[in-house]
This record gives sequence, C-alpha cells and structure tokens, in this order.
Amino acid sequence: MIRESYLNALTVLVLLAVPLWAVVADEPFTITLMTRAAIFAIAAIGLNIALGIGGLVSLGHAVFFGIGGYAMGILAHHAQTYTAVFEWPLLIEGTKSMPVIWLVAVVLSSLAALVIGILSLRTTGVYFIMITLAFGQMFFFFAISWAEYGGEDGLSIYVRNGFPGLNTLVPIEFYGLCLGVLLLVLVFAWRLSKSPFGLALNAARQAPVRVETVGLDPVRLKLVAFVISGAITGLAGAMFADLNRFVSPTMFSWQTSGEIMIFIILGGVGRLFGPVVGALVFVALEHWLGGLSDYWHIYLGLLLLLIVLFGRGGLIGMVSGRRAVHD
Amino acid sequence: MSLILLIEQVLNGLQFGIMLFLMAAGLTLIFGVMGLINLAHGSLYMIGAFCAAAVAGATGSFLLALIASLAGAAIAGALVELVVIRRLYDKDHLDQVLATFALILIFSEGTRWVFGSFPLFLDVPDFLSGPITLPGGIEYPLYRLTLIVVGLLVALGLYLLISRTRLGVQIRAGENDREMIAALGIDIAKLYTIVFALGAALAGLAGALVGAIQSVQVGMGEPVLILAFVVIVIGGIGSIKGALIGAILVGLTDTLGGIFLPEVMKLFFDPSTATSIGSSLASMAIYVLMAAVLILRPSGLFGARA
Repeated sequence: MIRESYLNALTVLVLLAVPLWAVVADEPFTITLMTRAAIFAIAAIGLNIALGIGGLVSLGHAVFFGIGGYAMGILAHHAQTYTAVFEWPLLIEGTKSMPVIWLVAVVLSSLAALVIGILSLRTTGVYFIMITLAFGQMFFFFAISWAEYGGEDGLSIYVRNGFPGLNTLVPIEFYGLCLGVLLLVLVFAWRLSKSPFGLALNAARQAPVRVETVGLDPVRLKLVAFVISGAITGLAGAMFADLNRFVSPTMFSWQTSGEIMIFIILGGVGRLFGPVVGALVFVALEHWLGGLSDYWHIYLGLLLLLIVLFGRGGLIGMVSGRRAVHD
Repeated sequence: MSLILLIEQVLNGLQFGIMLFLMAAGLTLIFGVMGLINLAHGSLYMIGAFCAAAVAGATGSFLLALIASLAGAAIAGALVELVVIRRLYDKDHLDQVLATFALILIFSEGTRWVFGSFPLFLDVPDFLSGPITLPGGIEYPLYRLTLIVVGLLVALGLYLLISRTRLGVQIRAGENDREMIAALGIDIAKLYTIVFALGAALAGLAGALVGAIQSVQVGMGEPVLILAFVVIVIGGIGSIKGALIGAILVGLTDTLGGIFLPEVMKLFFDPSTATSIGSSLASMAIYVLMAAVLILRPSGLFGARA
C-alpha cells in the first residue's frame, strides 16, 4: 500500500516529467493532452471546494466553466475584429491579454455563482442538485440563442491570447503557464481547507446545527464556498477556451457539469489531489479508449459505476488503502 | 395576434406540459418512495421511443409500437433496478447522481451502437393524422389533441391507482414509513422494483408519443429530463398533483413565452433585435418561473418537506 502523500508526489512528477519527455521526443500532441488535463484539474479543484468540503452536489458547474470560456471568446472576438464590447455607458474594448481575460472570467463567474448560490442554497439535498442542473441548462439555451456570438456554432479565435513574457503559441510554454496556475490553485485549495473558514465549512457539511449553535451561519459559509468554487472553475473555462481557441455552448452543457464531477470521483472526493488524478486518468482514458472504440463512453460509464458502487474513495483511496476521507 | 392563434398555442403548451407530466410523475414517484434521484430517467424515455420506432418499422402498427414502448421501458427499468439502482437506496445523493449519470453514458452509447447515430422516424398513424375542427372553427392536429387526452387519462389512472388500489396504499405507505410497511409483511424490495418499472413505463410511453412528432434519436431524453426536474422543483418533490400542475405551468410558459415575448419586445426594439432578445428571454422563461417559485416557496407548490 502506498501512502497518499507519495501518490501526490508521483502525480506532480507525472505533471512535470511527461511534458518534458514530450518536448525531447517531439510529441506536441502529448503536451496538448497534458494541458487539457491540467485545465480540467483546475476546474475540478474548483468544484471540489464546494463538493468535497462543503458537500454541495452542484450539477451546474458548467455555468462557470462556460462563463469563463465566453469571457475569453467575447473579449478576444472583439479584439480580433477591432470592435468594442460596449460603447455605452462606457467604452469597453476587447483584449488579447490573458491576465485581463482571466480577471474578467473570475469576476463574472463569481457574480453568477453568487446569484445562483443565493437562489439554490434556499434548498438542500436533491432539490439543490436539480436546481443547479436547471440553471446550467438556462445558460446553455441562452448561449444557443445568442446569435451575436455565434449561437449554436460558437466562436473561433484565430490566435491564442498572449501572456506577458511568454510565447503562448509554443505548446510547452502554454503548458508551463497552465501548470503554474494549477499549482497555485492547489496551494490555495490546501491553505483554504486548513484555514478557519475551511474547517468551519467542513463542520457545516457534517453538522450544520452545531455550526449554527456556535454562532456561524452554515448557509453563508456554503455560499462563500460556492462563489470561490465558481470563480476557480470560471478561470479554468477561460484557459480551456484558450487551449482550443474556440468556445461553444457545449461548455455550458450538462454533460460538461457531469464530466467535471467525474474527474473528482475518479480521483477521490474531498482529497486535495483527487481532481488532479481524476483529470489525468480521464484524459488518458479519453485518448486511449477513444482510439480503440467510438463507443468509449460505455467503458467510462462502467468504470464510473464500479467506482461508485464498490470503490468509495476513488482511485487514490483504492491505491493508498485509505478509504473515504470523511463520513 | 388573433384569438385562434392564442387558443392553438395554449393547446400546444398543454400538450407539451402533459408529456412532461408523464416524465415528472415517474421521477417524483421514484423519489417519493425510494428517495432516489434518477438521472437515467431520460434514458428510459429514449428506450421507449426506440422500442416504438423499431416495432412500428417492423409491423407497421402504431398500437403495437406503443405497447412495445411501455413493455420495453418497463423491462429495462426493472432490470436496471435489480442490477444497479437497488444498491443505491442507502447511498448519498452524490453517489446516486454519479451512478445514474454512468447509466446514461452506458445507455446512450449502447443505443448508438445498436441503432447508429442517425435519427429514426416514427410516423403518426393514419387514423390520427390530419387536423380536426374544434368548436369555434379552430383547426388543430388530431394527434396532438390525442396526446392531451391520453396524458390526462394516464393522470386519472395514476390517481386511481394510488388512491384506490392495494398497490397504491403500499406506495403511499412506502413514502411515509418504509420500515413499518416492511414490518407489516410487505415485500419492500418487490414494491420498489414495481414502482421503478411503473415510472419507467410512463417515461417510455412519453418517449414513444413524443417520438412521433419529433425524431427518435440518442440524447433525446436528457433535455426532457431536465425540464421534468424543473417541473418537480416547481410542483414539490413527491407530489403527483404538484407534478401535474407544475408540468402544465412549465409547458404553457415555454410555449407562450416563445410566441409572445418577441412580440412584447417589438414594443421596445426594432423587429430583428426584438426577435433575438425575445427568443433569448423565452428560452430562459421557465427557469425564471422556477426561481420565482423557489423564492416564494422553497419546497415547491405542493411539497411537504422543506
């Protein structure tokens, strides 16, 4: 049995070594796959804060992923057509600068998470699942009917946006940037889970009444967690759109919400590295099984079913022998 | 905007709502009795539609196709309950969501494997095709009117089943106290399988009935499933009456919103802007309705539990 911390170290090693090998072996597609996995991992770390610590089963995180994606799509689209996003009440122009786009993505997805959170947290349990799913669908249909930004067809961006000091068109440099963000987000999530807020949130999941009796408001704790969670997933959405240089309503679809949740489950709910391992395994499966069969979702479904029914604690739990982190 | 158009659209909304009810009734029953959230309910809808299309293609009989949809979905439902779902009753909602999501992947890809990616078509039978003239001189498709009538009959049948029969008593008892009815000697595992198969059959019937006016294809179930969730949230989980009223509300809001919101917007904007803003708003209308109901009554219109 391998200790979980060794497994985490091994994961970081994979994140560093595989792309370096790909550079040496001249396999740019492998770098793209690793970039995809790193971005998925960021999205899933976002959801894991709401789901793993806060116990909020959100089936609508595609909303934030999509908002991030469209923030990038809309800003870059206006920049490449030399038009303004708004002319009134104040002039807002498009941009090709990643830091600006990321900031916009984070702000907009936090605002959306705040509104959706306030409404959805009026309920709990199965209602919460259905409502977050329904809000996701609302954004999906809105994006489809938004003809100005491509409607159903989505938006293509010709050149990847820029980051100061890097040439983002070189796969390994863009991967390095994504890996840097991933590591920062990991450190943030780790600090958060050990902070007074994280501990209170953990308690709010396990015993809301007790949390209330010591003077904390569990709904407010969960709302803050939901907003932080949405912001991180939104950031990942902007990066994912930049990876593909394309956004479409698919980013808002309920399947996307389901996939972000799958990353967490494959790796292990509530574990710091669960989303990272899950995203790596998912991208690997997608690549290998997708190459073997057009119907690889059947195998993914079977694997997921087996993990849910028999393997509590995800892959990390199975390998490390430490079952569920909580409950 | 004439009165005739308005009545036609109200009937369309009613027809849509009634079909949503068939989905929502099964979901709400399954949640009420077993406490299970079943994302794969949309797959059962799809299975019903595919069974109907396959049988109609082989025999040419629409009635046989409907029977096949009921039987196919009920059998698929019972099998899924026996193999997977019954292991989920005592797990938390997250596990239920993931396992039933996995079932969607398996069912969708499996259907694509067997039938291919191209949509199948299920024709409206001759004796139900063509328009019918309603009192007041309104022409309306006979098939859609039939859907409304069939749906209302199913709703009545479900009401009688639950309020008047022995099985109905067991279902209601199961909602209230499952340990107690197990102690009274009722085979609760069998009851759960029956309820699940009943819900599946309703979903399959809806799939077949709607399949004749839309195309039968993989992925047809999930949009309807999510609308059925909206219906349940509005109506209150576990309440069949809530499901019926919620379904009709959602059906009417969606259909009438799509027609009238662009018209209303034309009062404020030029026609092309009005149409695009109006249709965007219309696609969001039912979710706004849901949010409004949630603000006023977080447990839905007829929900017992908070």
